Amino acid sequence: MTVALALEQLLNGLQLGVMLFLMAAGLTLIFGVMGLINLAHGSLYMVGAFACAATAAWTGSFWIGLVASLIAAAAAGAIVELVVIRRLYDRDHLDQVLATFALILMFSEGMRWLFGSFPLYLDIPPLLQGAVPLPGGTEYPVYRLAIIAAGTLVAFGLYLLISGTRLGMRIRAGESDREMIGALGVDIRTLYTVVFALGAALAGFAGAMVGAIQSVQVGMGEPVLILAFVVIVIGGIGSIKGALLGALLVGVTDTMGRFLLPKLMALFVPPAQAGMIGGAAASMLIYIVMAVILAVKPRGLFPAAHA
Amino acid sequence: MKKMLAAATLALSMSTSGLAFAEPLKIGMITTLSGGGAGLGIDTRDGFMLAIKNSGNKDITVVTEDDAQKPELAVQIADKMIQSDQVDILTGIVWSNLLMAVAPSAVAQGKFYVSTNAAPAALAGANCNKLYFNAAYQNDNLHEAMGEYANRAYKKMFILAPNYPAGKDSLTGFKRYYKGELAAEVYTQVGQTDYAAEIAQMRASGADGIFVFLPGGMGIAFMKQFAQSGVNIPVMGPGFSFSQDVLPAIGDAALGAKASGQWAPDFDNEASKKFLADFQKEYNRLPSIYAVQAYDAAQLILSAAAKASVKDADAFGAELKKADIQSPRGNFKFNVNQHPIQDIYLTEVIKKDGVLTNKTVEKIFTDHGDAYAKDCKI
Amino acid sequence: MLSRENLVNLVLAAALLAVPLAANALGQPFYVTLATRIAILALAATGLNLALGLGGLVSFGHAAFFGIGGYAAGILATHGFSGDPLIFGLPGTNQMWVIWIVAVVVAGLVGLAIGAISLRTSGVYFIMITLAFAQMVYYFAVSWPAYGGEDGLSILVRNQFPGVMTMRPLSFFLICYVILLIGIGLFALIRASRFGSALQAARQNEVRVATVGIEPYRIRLTGFVISAMMTGLAGALFADLNRFVSPSMLSWHMSGELIVLIILGGTGRLFGPLAGAALYVAFEYALGGLTERWQFFLGLILLVVVLFARGGLLGLLAGKARHG
Repeated sequence: MTVALALEQLLNGLQLGVMLFLMAAGLTLIFGVMGLINLAHGSLYMVGAFACAATAAWTGSFWIGLVASLIAAAAAGAIVELVVIRRLYDRDHLDQVLATFALILMFSEGMRWLFGSFPLYLDIPPLLQGAVPLPGGTEYPVYRLAIIAAGTLVAFGLYLLISGTRLGMRIRAGESDREMIGALGVDIRTLYTVVFALGAALAGFAGAMVGAIQSVQVGMGEPVLILAFVVIVIGGIGSIKGALLGALLVGVTDTMGRFLLPKLMALFVPPAQAGMIGGAAASMLIYIVMAVILAVKPRGLFPAAHA
Repeated sequence: MKKMLAAATLALSMSTSGLAFAEPLKIGMITTLSGGGAGLGIDTRDGFMLAIKNSGNKDITVVTEDDAQKPELAVQIADKMIQSDQVDILTGIVWSNLLMAVAPSAVAQGKFYVSTNAAPAALAGANCNKLYFNAAYQNDNLHEAMGEYANRAYKKMFILAPNYPAGKDSLTGFKRYYKGELAAEVYTQVGQTDYAAEIAQMRASGADGIFVFLPGGMGIAFMKQFAQSGVNIPVMGPGFSFSQDVLPAIGDAALGAKASGQWAPDFDNEASKKFLADFQKEYNRLPSIYAVQAYDAAQLILSAAAKASVKDADAFGAELKKADIQSPRGNFKFNVNQHPIQDIYLTEVIKKDGVLTNKTVEKIFTDHGDAYAKDCKI
Repeated sequence: MLSRENLVNLVLAAALLAVPLAANALGQPFYVTLATRIAILALAATGLNLALGLGGLVSFGHAAFFGIGGYAAGILATHGFSGDPLIFGLPGTNQMWVIWIVAVVVAGLVGLAIGAISLRTSGVYFIMITLAFAQMVYYFAVSWPAYGGEDGLSILVRNQFPGVMTMRPLSFFLICYVILLIGIGLFALIRASRFGSALQAARQNEVRVATVGIEPYRIRLTGFVISAMMTGLAGALFADLNRFVSPSMLSWHMSGELIVLIILGGTGRLFGPLAGAALYVAFEYALGGLTERWQFFLGLILLVVVLFARGGLLGLLAGKARHG
């Protein structure tokens, strides 16, 4: 266990965390401002990845694909909000869960209808290929550093948006008291559509960036969705700051866990078994952490001010 | 007089029907046609139907349904096919867990099962059954072949598979033939998409070769990330990791990867060339190994149907066991546990005419059976 | 006289009995299996309805109890076959009623553990933490090699019930049907009881309930545990129906499906889960036979139901729920 390895794993955890933040930020915004549980968020992630892959294949450029993913995801988000989500604001969480669950089914099969069953090809742009040397002697992929950088920029941009613009002000006001801002003359309906589209764009962006180093296939958003929910619950629903901290915590814990737990087990049991038990424990680790945090702080680390 | 008439009628009817018993045969195909794993099921269905179509046999009906990779759906569909549709043979399941849910009870109800892919050890040894045939391999085979190759070529291996029974079987099979040093034996999560942590471990391990079993989307993600990492150790895996259905999605990151398989598109026996040409003409894409296995399964059934009636289980089973077919894989016969004895080759991923595909390098095993046949007492 | 809702309920119960009887007479055993599946899912959803419909506890992790019941059946049956002792030298068993008792007890204990922690949270946090616990159980089952892991566990021959030939589809259906009726009866009893009233009151106004001197936490925990036990029993029956149990019974998709069943039928209604299960299984079967893209249309239908048929099927047929 060298410093170089530990550093590399730490960076990996950061990268996973940053990617989770992109998903979680959208989710927590949507819940914080609109009080809506959106299970279809993973589908918007998938839409972004597919849009990027399809556009990149058509134009030959990853960057154009990336822009396309933002537009496609935001558009999909806006359409879904206008047609479906709008009717759910007054409903209880149960109906929202079911409606967005139905949307998952439709999106997944719809994507398969459009693009076929085989995974799509999406590659990293030449600019970001290869690896750079790290202190300690190892190398680290440029693209992953790019993801960390992009995610940090987005986080910063969101912070500026929320704290420094009028839109941000309305969002914050909406989180505090939904009814009041309506009474004060803010166009709630447009605000909600904008927030939903913004959340969707963040998810689509994450999908496109991650799709380049993973597999662009139907259903790719679901495991990420569950993790994103874990993140916002740990961080406190409605809090972007909580989403960032929660995401980093989950990302680093998951990565370090997968790396360290088998080694820990190897102290007690033979290596093949240690791998299996360690692997199993690592996959449960995030949920155990979440349960512990909720047992101590039932509304997450940074609960939003309103009920 | 009556006897003569009867004999004449019989002779007449037999001569007009020719060699084939004009006996209707109903096959139930349960495979994955929706969801993330649909690529394998679609290849299975297409390969199977190609053989049926080519045979021109009008007495065979194939009923196909989608199991969506859900075991309880597969069980329900199997029940329906056996009880309502009255099928004689079941086939098509891709995944071992779905097979374990369906095959034991299907054969218990007296139906044949001819597997086009899944081949768990549980059905190859003591629990083998005279109604259960496997046209593909036994799950461990391709991993064993890579173990054998690695044993000749490398000294310190890093091996990795997902933490589920097929994954564990994979590494067990690899270790059965690889006797060198193991730098590490790592189990990842099923469906895991980010392998950064494991790749970092590979870099630090000092291994001179890496063996991974990561089917479907997992393999795509891993290869892409590995190619970016700057780690320079050669990667190899069983054929599933680099099969035709995932190569286009992995892209150039797969070039040079070595794999084991029973078939590659560049085989030059007559059956393979015909199969390749027919498949490309019918479906406009290159077939994967799943299509070949299904094609052979259909051929086996057709060959048995030509000589025996499926209602006579012993006769039909005996004909199936003869494996009287021209397989694109070349040599093919059945072992005592009704799993294949076949040759296994080393392949390498290359780019031919701009398309990624597998090229045959050398033969690893000749007439390879499996480790469980000795426990089977059919 | 019979209220409209009770009339609908009677019709539903009768239909569920009539269809398999007819199918059996006509030599179509598959539809008996389908009806059995409806009955078992209805039982699982009735269990969830206790927590969700009465208590307002949206548990997104009830698949954990369903799966635990299933695994109890699978593990006991496997040991019963092979003769190997289970733990502490106890033997396995192939007797259904023993398996049911074990399934109910284990599901109840796990429900107690999960509920004790989860009920300290509320609202969407509760939904998420129940999901998390179910995921934990799921990953545990996937990684546990002894009982098949992801491949699952086969039960080669259906378990036994004294005096009944359980391998015959109709016999097994009747067993499940009777248990379903008992479950629905239990639901009705609970709903009408003091405990049930307190549970519903806690859903409607937590503060009020506390001021009257009832501690909402204990009421909810009790409700949650009973709910877990009923769903666990359904899981054991499901394992026997399919003669197979696998981690997919524990997945969050299953939890989602259970919630779908309740909403389709009508949340909090006595026969809501049964109506919902019948609708869902019928859709899945009918659509699956029509098109490969059936999941799209299933989603669409669900969406339409949620948006426009607010009370579910029972809401449509029997009007708004009446109190008392």
